[in-house]
Amino acid sequence: MESWRDNRFVFWVFALPGTLWLLVFFIAPLAIIWALSFGEQVDLVNVEVTGTLQQYARALTDPVYIQIIWKSIWISALATFLCLVIAYPIAFLISFASTRWKTVLLVAVILPFWINLLIRTYALIAVFRTRGFANFGLEWLYTTAQLDHVFGPFEPLPLLYNNFAVIAGLIYVFMPFMVLPLYASVERLDKSFLEASLDLGASQVRTFFSVTVPLTMPGIVSGIILVFIPCLGSFLTPDLLGGTNAQMIGNVIERQFKAANNWPFGAALSFLLMYATFGALALRAAFAGRKQGMEV
Amino acid sequence: MAIRLSTLGSQGPIDYSRRLWLRTMVALTFLLLYTPIITLIIFSFNDSRRNVVWRGFTTKYYVKAWNNDSLIEAFTNSLTIAVISTVISTILGTMIALLLWRFRFPFKAAYEGFMALPIVIPEICMGVAMLAFFSRVGFPTGMPWPLNLSAITIAHIAFSFPFAAIVVRARMAGFNRELEEASRDLGASEWQTFWNVIFPYMKPGVIAGGLLAFTLSLDDFVITFFTSGPDTVTFPVKVYSMVRFSVTPEVNAASTVLVVITVVMTVLAMRLQAPDKTEAH
Repeated sequence: MESWRDNRFVFWVFALPGTLWLLVFFIAPLAIIWALSFGEQVDLVNVEVTGTLQQYARALTDPVYIQIIWKSIWISALATFLCLVIAYPIAFLISFASTRWKTVLLVAVILPFWINLLIRTYALIAVFRTRGFANFGLEWLYTTAQLDHVFGPFEPLPLLYNNFAVIAGLIYVFMPFMVLPLYASVERLDKSFLEASLDLGASQVRTFFSVTVPLTMPGIVSGIILVFIPCLGSFLTPDLLGGTNAQMIGNVIERQFKAANNWPFGAALSFLLMYATFGALALRAAFAGRKQGMEV
Repeated sequence: MAIRLSTLGSQGPIDYSRRLWLRTMVALTFLLLYTPIITLIIFSFNDSRRNVVWRGFTTKYYVKAWNNDSLIEAFTNSLTIAVISTVISTILGTMIALLLWRFRFPFKAAYEGFMALPIVIPEICMGVAMLAFFSRVGFPTGMPWPLNLSAITIAHIAFSFPFAAIVVRARMAGFNRELEEASRDLGASEWQTFWNVIFPYMKPGVIAGGLLAFTLSLDDFVITFFTSGPDTVTFPVKVYSMVRFSVTPEVNAASTVLVVITVVMTVLAMRLQAPDKTEAH
C-alpha cells in the first residue's frame, strides 16, 4: 500500500467524487435535521432555529412520547431475543452441515433479505388478516377436530394490527441479520472444545451453555445489535402490521414530517434515534475490542 | 463409555447436523420464512378476488396490472432511477474502493467509518433528512420527466455507493499487488496498468457491486417515500398506497414481478462474487 503523498493526483481523483457526494447529499441533510431539532415551528411553513432544547425535552418528558419510546424499546428487545432463539439452531446446523448443504442453507437464509421489505410485509398481511391463511388453517383444524360442536362456531383470531403482528413482522424481516453473524462465530468455534467438554462428562446442555455460548458471544452480540438497531428504527412494519396503538418511534417521526407538520420535533426524535444507534455501535466496537484483547 | 457409545448409535456426540430435532426445527423455521412469499406468488395466479381459497389458474391479474397505467408509470420510474443510480453508484463506489485499497492516508479508519454511515443509520432518519434537505435548498420540482426523478436518484446514489465500494474492495483484497508492480516495471503507464491489469481482475466485483446497487435502488421504500412527490411515484411507493387500501391479486401479480427481478439479480451477483477457481494466482 502506498502513501497518499506518493501520488497525490490519483489520490484526489479517487477520493473527491465519492467524498463530495456523501458530504453534500448525506452529511448536509443530516446537519439540516440536526439544526432543525434545536428549532421551533413558528407557523405552517417556517421553522426558526433558536437553539432551544424544548423539542428534546418534549420527547423525553411528555408521557405520550415516553410511552412510545419505551414501547419501541421493548418491542425491539423482544423481537431481537426471539430472533436469537430462532436463529441460533439455524446457525448451528449450517455450521455443522456438509459443504454442499452449507451453501444451499446460507443462500436460503440470505435470499428473503433481498426480496423487497414492503412485499414481505404485505405477504404477512395476507397470512395474518381476519380472513387470512393463518385463520383459515386454524378454522380448518377447529372444525376437523369437531370443536365447533363443543365451543360454538370458530371465531377468527385478531392476528393483525396489534403488537403481536409487529413483533412477528420484525422477526420475519430481520432474521437474516441474526443468522449470519451467529453462523460466522459458530463456524470459527474450535469444535474440539465441545468434544473435550463432552468427554469430561458435561451434558450436551451444560456444554452448550458453558462452552458454546461463551465462545460464540461475539457473534451473539453482533447479531443482537444488527437486529435491534433496524427494529428500533423500523417504520414500515409497525405502519402496515400495527394498529393505531401499535406505533413505534419511526411512525411518530413520519407523522411529524408529514401529517402533523412539526419538523423540529420530528428532527429531535430522529436524532435521539441516531444517538441510540451510535451508542449501540460503540458498545459493539467496545465489546469486539475487549474480546480481542482477551485473546491476545 | 461403552454405555454412552451404544446409546449414541452411529451419531458422534457433536454430529449436530444429524440430530433429527435440530433438523426439524430448522426446516420448520425455513417453512415459516418462505410460506408467506410462496403463497403470495401462487395466489397471484388465483382466479378469485377473495384470495384465500384456490379457484383455478389465471393470468388475468398480470394483464390487469399491465393495463394499470399508474402502476406501469411507477415501474418505469423505478427502473429509470435504478439504472441511473446504478451507473453513478458503481463508478463512485469503485473509486472509493480503489482509494481504500491502494492508499495509506491519515485518519483512514475514521474515513471508512464515514463511508459506512449511510449503511448504519436508520433509514427513516436518512429519509426525513433528504426530505428536509431538498425542501430547504429549494430543489426544483415539477421538472419534465426524467429530470423530476433526480431528487430520488440522488438519494439512492448516496445510500448505494458505499455498498458497491464494500463489494469491490472485498474483491480487490484478493489481488496480487506484485502484478501491478510487474506491469509498472515493464514500462506500462499508470493508466495502462489500470485498464490491462487491475480492471480485468476487479470486473466481477464491479458487476456484483452494480447489481447490488440496482437491487437496493429498486427495493427501497422508506427513503423514496420521503423524497417522492405526487408525480414521482416509484413502484414500491405505488404498491404501498395499494396495500393500504386492500389485499388484491393485482398487488400480488405486481409484487411477483418485482420478486422475480430481484431474485434473479441477487443470484447473479452472488455467482459473480463467489471466489472463482479458474483464476488461481
